[in-house]
Amino acid sequence: MIRIRNLEAGYEKLKVLKGISLHVNHGEIVTIIGANGAGKSTLLNTIASLITPSSGEILLQGKDVTLAPPDRIVKEGCVLVPEGRQLFPTMTVKENLILGAYTLFGHKKSNDANMNLEQIYKMFPILNDRQSQLAGTLSGGEQQMVAIGRGLMSNPVLIMMDEPSMGLAPLIVKDIFKVVETLRNQGKTVLIVEQNAKAVLEIADRGYVMETGNLVLEGSAEELLDNNDVRRAYLGKDYKEFTDMGGGE
Amino acid sequence: MIYNMEYESMEKQDLEQLQIERLQATLHRVYRNVSFYKALYDKEGIQIDSIKSLDDLKKLPFTTKNDLRQSYPYEAFAVPLRDIVRIHSTSGTTGKPIVVGYTKNDLKTWSSLVARILSAAGVTSHDFVQIAFDYSLSTGGFGFHYGAEKIGASVIPYSGDDVMKQIQVMKDYRTTTLVSPPGYALHVASLMEEMGRDTQELNLSTGLFGSEPWSENLRKEIESRLKIETFDNYGLTEIIGPGVAFECEQHSGLHVNEDHFILEIINPETLEEVPSGEQGELVFTTLTKEGFPLIRYRTGDISSIVEGDCACGRTTARISRISGRTDDMIIVDGRNIFPSNIEEILFEIEGIEPHFQIVLSREEGVDVIELKVEVTPNFLPFDEIRKVQVFQEKIAQLLTSQLGIHAKITLAEPKSLKRSTGEKIKRVQDNRK
Repeated sequence: MIRIRNLEAGYEKLKVLKGISLHVNHGEIVTIIGANGAGKSTLLNTIASLITPSSGEILLQGKDVTLAPPDRIVKEGCVLVPEGRQLFPTMTVKENLILGAYTLFGHKKSNDANMNLEQIYKMFPILNDRQSQLAGTLSGGEQQMVAIGRGLMSNPVLIMMDEPSMGLAPLIVKDIFKVVETLRNQGKTVLIVEQNAKAVLEIADRGYVMETGNLVLEGSAEELLDNNDVRRAYLGKDYKEFTDMGGGE
Repeated sequence: MIYNMEYESMEKQDLEQLQIERLQATLHRVYRNVSFYKALYDKEGIQIDSIKSLDDLKKLPFTTKNDLRQSYPYEAFAVPLRDIVRIHSTSGTTGKPIVVGYTKNDLKTWSSLVARILSAAGVTSHDFVQIAFDYSLSTGGFGFHYGAEKIGASVIPYSGDDVMKQIQVMKDYRTTTLVSPPGYALHVASLMEEMGRDTQELNLSTGLFGSEPWSENLRKEIESRLKIETFDNYGLTEIIGPGVAFECEQHSGLHVNEDHFILEIINPETLEEVPSGEQGELVFTTLTKEGFPLIRYRTGDISSIVEGDCACGRTTARISRISGRTDDMIIVDGRNIFPSNIEEILFEIEGIEPHFQIVLSREEGVDVIELKVEVTPNFLPFDEIRKVQVFQEKIAQLLTSQLGIHAKITLAEPKSLKRSTGEKIKRVQDNRK
């Protein structure tokens, strides 16, 4: 689905990605876990072409999209559900959703857009009820649903999600991750960046661990859950007992 | 059966992507966590980020047995010791042993790789697998034990020197699969024949042999005497133990688990990569090891790439069966000779079990090779000096004509040379140094 080799990118003089190689197979949920500032969001933003890489290669379904503009990435079937949802709070739910279909307009495909809208209402019935409500008035979980729905409007094959659990109550996080699993079951491919490593590893097939701009581990979700470095660094206080037990290094 | 279809039959380009990802991650981990590698790369001015392709691996220095000995016991581990759940080590016959630590994940990986070996040999949950390797610091016993459990076979962990008892267990417990050093299987056959018993009393159908090189001739002998199908496998403690490469039902080379190990074959003298198909020293880089990752480890084992696709469906690279060790390599008159070459020749001569030892010495500046050959109990000409001489000359002539070496042949009493029951045979004794 997507194959990345030696990707380097950053902000002006600051190099954030120092040579990232990763791949996501069709139908997989792959997660990138890592601490704040490791470069996880930068990676997704670079794939989405919001940041131009300084070197490396991105192949999307076999096509080189390393330097393609953002709209072309979407047309090739890859969307980003950005960190913090990034909705337009003073626009309605429906308007926000339709914005996700901008690649379909002007191509006499607006019918497709309407059909997609129906699909999304089916998936998130609550959004159907609230389609004319202003997005800014929704709860965090509902806003995240809108953000995901907006991403789905362009019929993507690969959905990238940046911290979808951020700021959400644990029960809502569960719901959101259930949605992610549903997407995979519908044949979509998901690349998901998360700080909530425990929750995401429970639904992911594979994962990578990112540290200061490098990937330092690749493995199945099960392997990552069993890796002591991962447990100590990213699995949080549920594993406090475990780390306390080990004593000092 | 292919145990892990997804990873054992990957498309070439997918495998390459996986290898480069895992290589880069491993390099970052060793650089951050193993002082030996950090010091080495800093000294050589190597930037980890400059390794962008599998070809770039050649920029990195080799790791040798000696490097690891200097890290004795735990200095080369890449995780805190509390994360290590198992310790194995090499035998240390040639120096300080090399100690290898496994994390929980390493043990899981290991057992799944051994499961691949067993599945490829057709072993299933219906089999009784008798493991006659020593359960000790060496990896053979425990490696196969957990791999066999993983595929659900009934494991009979029975090691020890009492072969008679083992044969009894083999018979009574209806063992179908024997896992042992090759010499051990031969020993079982000999003992049963000595007692006048038919090896068909046993339910054995499959043998998985490893831990020391064994020739095709030895394979044929074991197969015909025990009436079983045999499978070779290859591994070494430093890399993981058994599970590095294994034979499938095609018996045409050993499939390397390339999703876990990068294979290179080098000329041990020039250290350059050998052309595909040529013999050289195996070099491995681990891709998934957590506790004890190694970069470009020189194994000292001699093999070559088997070209072409395998009919079994696996897409992984194949290596020929190990033909010797770089340190067993005897250089006489500028010729490189391996004990396995001699084994092949001895086998052609009726009346000799392939048990032998090569003793090298130097007399007046000239290299002298003595070949001690053990004869079978029913070797009759022992009483007649003339016949013994003819026999010795026959061996000497074959060695000269086929290997170009002139050796002094000594016949040894049956069972007088050291047997292998889990330990490696020291076939070459070099008194020249």
